[in-house]
Amino acid sequence: MSTTNSGLDTKTWDELREIAARYPEARSGLLPMLHLVQSVEGRITPEGIEACAEVLGISAAEVNGVATFYTMYKRKPVGDYHVGVCTNTLCAVMGGDLIFERLKDHLDVGNDETTEDGKVTLEHIECNAACDYAPVMMVNWEFMDNQTPESAVQVVDDLRAGNEVHSTRGPRICTWREAERVLAGFPDDRADEGPAAGGPSLVGLRIAREQGWTAGGTYDRSAGDKGESK
Amino acid sequence: MTDTLTPVLTDNWDAERAWTLASYEEHGGYAALDTAFAMAPDDVINAVKESGLRGRGGAGFPTGMKWGFIPQDNPKPKYLVVNADESEPGTCKDTPLMLASPHTLVEGVIISSYAIRANTAFIYVRGEILHVIRRLQRAVQEAYLAGHLGKNIHGSGFDLDLIVHAGAGAYICGEETALLEGLEGRRGQPRLRPPFPAVAGLYASPTVINNVESIASVPSIIANGAAWFAGMGTEKSNGYGIFSLSGHVTNPGQYEAPLGITLRELIDLAGGMREGHELKFWTPGGSSTPLLTPEHLDVPLDFESVGAAGSMLGTRALQLFDETTCVVRAVLRWTEFYKHESCGKCTPCREGTWWLTQTLAKLEKGEGSESDLDLLLDQCDNILGRSFCALGDGATSPISSSIQHFRDEYLAHLSHGGCPFDPAASTAFAPAGAHA
Repeated sequence: MSTTNSGLDTKTWDELREIAARYPEARSGLLPMLHLVQSVEGRITPEGIEACAEVLGISAAEVNGVATFYTMYKRKPVGDYHVGVCTNTLCAVMGGDLIFERLKDHLDVGNDETTEDGKVTLEHIECNAACDYAPVMMVNWEFMDNQTPESAVQVVDDLRAGNEVHSTRGPRICTWREAERVLAGFPDDRADEGPAAGGPSLVGLRIAREQGWTAGGTYDRSAGDKGESK
Repeated sequence: MTDTLTPVLTDNWDAERAWTLASYEEHGGYAALDTAFAMAPDDVINAVKESGLRGRGGAGFPTGMKWGFIPQDNPKPKYLVVNADESEPGTCKDTPLMLASPHTLVEGVIISSYAIRANTAFIYVRGEILHVIRRLQRAVQEAYLAGHLGKNIHGSGFDLDLIVHAGAGAYICGEETALLEGLEGRRGQPRLRPPFPAVAGLYASPTVINNVESIASVPSIIANGAAWFAGMGTEKSNGYGIFSLSGHVTNPGQYEAPLGITLRELIDLAGGMREGHELKFWTPGGSSTPLLTPEHLDVPLDFESVGAAGSMLGTRALQLFDETTCVVRAVLRWTEFYKHESCGKCTPCREGTWWLTQTLAKLEKGEGSESDLDLLLDQCDNILGRSFCALGDGATSPISSSIQHFRDEYLAHLSHGGCPFDPAASTAFAPAGAHA
């Protein structure tokens, strides 16, 4: 897809309108529309802001206000791979701080900076809802669970070398722009990749299976004693 | 006696391709839909009321009662919005649920929308969980093709459109009125209440906002009956819930159990704390719930008992920290999170979280004096109950509870001239037997 200095291409304009039309009120489309802008432009650009404003019939200042509020929208160009290291308390304590330090050193970048080859943008992120897999790293918002400084370095080296990298609980890693397109509501073909659940998601279920514990009722696949009393 | 673990929502997570419609239907999925359609919408609401289901997103408000607040004589459209903005530190239950079995949520959305008479529903899912969003998008597409969504569902005459809406990174959007702002394409800042969303929510129309796990629990209640659900749990905290163990425990993960199970039981199931270490402090339901200690191991994890112990059940996000962890470091990091996520709308939270961070950072470095602890508590006093929404309140929880339980550890930073702990000893990849 090509873009010009004079603005976004026709396909993108059409897709922005398509997003707005999904909702009872068009402005509800703004968050996914901004994701689409990022997928095309590699960041939030003035052209993208103007386009959203025009499609929605609101001011560029209003769009700008929204774009600056949410942390996933980036003003600076993002690399092919956005690498986020969770440094909220639980992950930080479990090793996230050391992983983040190692990656900064290894990639020779600071927080929210991109490597010279334009491949990797490194950022420390907040809790990403995978605490039972701590310490957690996200690549283009795919889970890389149970990381160590060494495994994290291996991941970014593979990404920079162009090797295929898989999420530990998901699909092949796509580019950041491709990921942003999915967030805009244009699915790719990777939903069936990866497992239903990783190990920690299943620990309780496995114990229940071993013990024959159930909640009773028709929702149980295994027969067992019905829970009756409190 | 009810069994110790009661897999319901997690029960099909180990099935082959559990996320697909074929797998979900093979395990009885979408059967509850016809049961619901055979009932009057008000009877579905009554069933959820009688089940005793309370909101699983942290606040514990009775779900059926929330649905009952929707004014059915209001001529405007009604909306159901699922809060899938799972971002509270430590909370990691809705994400695996939607990844493994998105159809459980979709079926819950259809039944719940039928009950409140909404013809449009939304799943507001945080943008940072890409593969979950893919699975939700696919599940919704499959449900349309199978006739579970769209016009005249199962010949019931009920129509429903379901839209998966990806957020863009803002913890505050887990607050339900901020979420509505985000869904309306605005900055995610909370709204003044009243009016409550039930009266004037999305597009100023009657709106129910429920957590993923709450909505996902509805099909099981309709399928098995309110009495089945109410037969689990404790007197005022009915049913089952997913308990998420993370941190220094041998087998972290998801444990679905009746409300009222204790942390001691859960840690036993999880193989104990990691070898050679002992529990030091924990959160019962995310970072916004005051810290508890080993003396609270036998507190039943239900809304009332955890409240009586001085904390909150929250999202059952049990973050466990052993004796290698510096509580001051942990609390400082959470405080930096609240500062980063404060939306800026109200002064106590916007300014207060900066003050808290400055004061704490100084203490953590061993600078300042004992009177800074009183200053911190004073700052908390000026935020708690004076903020526009619960984010500000939550920011004070780790601070005031940690000073209550670990005052000496703060002082040790002053006498030591810095943190007395070795952060390497607390990592998951620390050599066995490492001690601070």
